[in-house]
Amino acid sequence: MAEVIVRKLNKMFDTNHVVKDVDLHIRDKEFVVFVGPSGCGKTTTLRMIAGLEAVTSGDILIGNTVVNEVPPMDRDIAMVFQNYALYPHMSVASNMAFGLKMRKFDKAEIQKRIKRAAEILDIGQLLNRKPRQLSGGQRQRVALGRAIVRDPKVFLFDEPLSNLDAKLRVQMRVELKKLHERLAVTSIYVTHDQVEAMTLGDRVVVMKDGVVQQVGEPLELYNTPANRFVAGFIGSPAMNFADVTLSGGNGRLWAEAPGLKIGVPEPIAARVNGHAGSKATLGIRPEDLRVAGPADPAELCFEVEVEVIEQLGSEILLDTRAGTSTFVASVDPTLRTRVHERLKLAINPDRLHLFDAQTEAAI
Amino acid sequence: MTVTAVPGVVTRPTPRLRRLEDERWLALALLMPTAILLGLFIAYPFFEGVLLALTSQRVGVPGGFVGLQNFVKIWNDSIFRTAVWNTFWYTAVTTVFKLGLGLWLAMLLNRHFKGKALVRAFILLPFIIPTVLSTFAWKWMFDPTFSVINWALFHMGFITQRINWLGDPDLAMTSIIVVNIWRGVPFFAISLLAGLQTISPELNEAAAIDGARPWNRFWYVTWPLLLPVTMVVMLFSVIQTFADFQLVYVMTGGGPANATQLFATYAYQLGIGTGLLSEGAAISLAMFPFLFLIVVVQLLYIRRVETR
Repeated sequence: MAEVIVRKLNKMFDTNHVVKDVDLHIRDKEFVVFVGPSGCGKTTTLRMIAGLEAVTSGDILIGNTVVNEVPPMDRDIAMVFQNYALYPHMSVASNMAFGLKMRKFDKAEIQKRIKRAAEILDIGQLLNRKPRQLSGGQRQRVALGRAIVRDPKVFLFDEPLSNLDAKLRVQMRVELKKLHERLAVTSIYVTHDQVEAMTLGDRVVVMKDGVVQQVGEPLELYNTPANRFVAGFIGSPAMNFADVTLSGGNGRLWAEAPGLKIGVPEPIAARVNGHAGSKATLGIRPEDLRVAGPADPAELCFEVEVEVIEQLGSEILLDTRAGTSTFVASVDPTLRTRVHERLKLAINPDRLHLFDAQTEAAI
Repeated sequence: MTVTAVPGVVTRPTPRLRRLEDERWLALALLMPTAILLGLFIAYPFFEGVLLALTSQRVGVPGGFVGLQNFVKIWNDSIFRTAVWNTFWYTAVTTVFKLGLGLWLAMLLNRHFKGKALVRAFILLPFIIPTVLSTFAWKWMFDPTFSVINWALFHMGFITQRINWLGDPDLAMTSIIVVNIWRGVPFFAISLLAGLQTISPELNEAAAIDGARPWNRFWYVTWPLLLPVTMVVMLFSVIQTFADFQLVYVMTGGGPANATQLFATYAYQLGIGTGLLSEGAAISLAMFPFLFLIVVVQLLYIRRVETR
């Protein structure tokens, strides 16, 4: 059991600065997910914590000890690799035993731990097989088993589910969550899949171009994204963005774009005050748009043309256009509409986001 | 049903070509070039050799059928026994060193460093240069009068007298072994490097996290995964070394006093050098059961390793 602290961590590959000033405090028993697009530095950060990459500058602490110069074997961590990295010439049992054998555990203890891990993961019947005789899901379990038997201070996961098919991935995601609740070991999990990040993480670290964009609980990221990147990355379907001009008039603040004029609600308007007359990006999630009813105030409504209708059963996704801006709206499945039909959409005023056009930071 | 041909529209292949549509004929046709080449240059000389070994033919003397007499004769020939022993010793020692050094080089070349491609190309040089040419160069280096090795050792103060590398029976064997290792290491290094590159680096990282020190990572992860490639490389090398001729012929010609005589050099010396064609053929053939045994053992082992 241990906390992991990362201070001003940097990594350069030659002249390529891939991790920039990362600061993190991962609490004991916490499940933290690093998420971001390819090349955002999340895997490199994980590999530095594992000791597989040298640190260019900054500190990594595991359980209050600086481990920058400590080799991987002495960091008391276990890692699950993207391609499982099972030893192909060893049986499942030997794969799990290897780490314990290297650490000179006695045979009875090794057997006991393998048995327990096999029970937890339901792989008891596979112990004598070779990795090549296993399916992808089974290999994944064995890789987990190899980590569990070690009983480490920290679990590291490097995109462990990305090689599984969609159905199996959902199933393993649930199992990973249960496993973490049962074992309660500090875990760091890297993924590029925001759904995995939202469902698994106690807290999520969103990274882009080597820089941490925001750290927070899943709903915090969803409800109050720190910038446009986080807003667009978290949530599916993604948030709608429209480039607008902010202007004052009739005693209130308006966000305007061709074919669009929306009254900015009071609490946000108060924050935006200094920005009147400037450019900004308006953000609204598809689920915060609805077909306008008679009770909806006019300043929160705008007219759109339906371009594509996606029937998902539980909801309908409407791809619409208002002037130069496009909006995806998640609407009631009972709605009957046709392509090219003109509709009025209303926004949920509490869930409107504005981002600075230059810095892209939330206003 | 009657079929009416439409004149001039489709010309069907002639019956002879149509035969190739039958897979059995096609297979035969495709096998032919290889079969003819192998038959002409391997099988035919081999059977001629067997027939020759059963006669008393000499240069200029047709001779007659003598059965296994030639084999009995060489069995009682002390030089032949020396050659057998020498061949085994030569093969065993060089293979051990080629494997060791080749593996070491392969592991070094598998790391990332600047100019890696250039070093890899240079490593292959001893393997690329025609053996006879490079062996002549080595012969000069071992020359009793002009030896650069002696010169270097003398100037570094290790020796006060010239060493007669190729004139002393033990040193001569050591010398040809050194040259064979020098020539053979690149083949091992490059082949094993290819084998190493098929092993995912993730496995080594997983082992490092699992607590394995470098030696254990090599012994428990890299070596077992490299073993199939290693065995195939060894198989090729053993066959080649066992039947080695050029290197020894150029360096020592089998001397001094047959101290470096191998199967191939002795067969040549007796068959071509002294004109006892049938006895030379018998010696060449005597190599066959030994090689056969070695190859069978290795192939069985390779199969066991691969089906693990």
